[in-house]
Amino acid sequence: MADIDVKLASWKLVEVGRLVLIRRGPYAGKLAAIVEIVDHRRVLVDGPSGEEKKIVPRHVLPLAHATLTPFTIPQLPRAAGTGPVKKLWAKNEIDGKWANSSFSKKTERADRRKNLTDFERFKVLRLRKQARYEVQKSFAKVRAATKA
Amino acid sequence: MTDGFTIGRLNEYQVIGRLLPTEANPTPKLYRMRIFAPNSVVAKSRFWYFLSQLRKIKKSNGEIVSLNVISEKRPLKVKNFGIWLRYNSRSGTHNMYKEFREMSRTEAVEALYQDMAARHRARFDSVHILKVVEITDAETIRRPYIKQLLGKNLKFPLPHRSANPGKKLYAYSRPSTFA
Repeated sequence: MADIDVKLASWKLVEVGRLVLIRRGPYAGKLAAIVEIVDHRRVLVDGPSGEEKKIVPRHVLPLAHATLTPFTIPQLPRAAGTGPVKKLWAKNEIDGKWANSSFSKKTERADRRKNLTDFERFKVLRLRKQARYEVQKSFAKVRAATKA
Repeated sequence: MTDGFTIGRLNEYQVIGRLLPTEANPTPKLYRMRIFAPNSVVAKSRFWYFLSQLRKIKKSNGEIVSLNVISEKRPLKVKNFGIWLRYNSRSGTHNMYKEFREMSRTEAVEALYQDMAARHRARFDSVHILKVVEITDAETIRRPYIKQLLGKNLKFPLPHRSANPGKKLYAYSRPSTFA
């Protein structure tokens, strides 16, 4: 019999300390930590980010409006106040970790692209052409080498 | 009488009323009630409704002495509430006890009215709220649907979610439900 390797799916869990991305409402696009679970549909969140613009005040968030992220604040006490959450947030370098995640990089790039001026869009076009030209040049070299 | 009420939501009011003072009784007894109502007009109306059931006092021979909104002391704390109620169904009157996990007394009562409407088709005026109590001791929680939320290390996954539900009727690719 063939060996069947069954692996347990590693779900992101709704738990105290889990960081969620808010997808809808006034704080859409911001990051917050689950402080307490109200019930199976709602959680109490708090996002005392180091940056003024990214602060999410403590409030009840429906889980339907949230996406779970792979980050957690380990050992966050249940129903911790904003002060301790802020301390642990800074200690776990949540802002930095989030900024380095591929999701936040992607959204940041998309935002930047969206807000380019006409001239900047033209510059992007030129730069992409130049990069493409370099790639094709090296590719042609390899092709010529294999033929010979 | 100002009341900072929010439209469409319930508020908790403290209503104090009494019989109109007469020469025979210049200082009639005061009656105080905590009433959940969407606005002060409904609160006063419910006050007279309940008081006339309990005492021989009507709106025509009584007066409201004071009315004010009771706001939640800690609206950012998750609490468990026990609510005793009495409601008129189509066939009789029933007493009930239900538990809710909410941030405030008014939110618990709002959830109660939704629950009564959903499960029993009971309207606002057929439900009497007898008592709303915050349960601080987790041991005394009676209902299993609240008990299950009090575990020490409560955690659960969110399996099978769709990222933007109801966006379009047809899609060119199957939605990813794993995020």
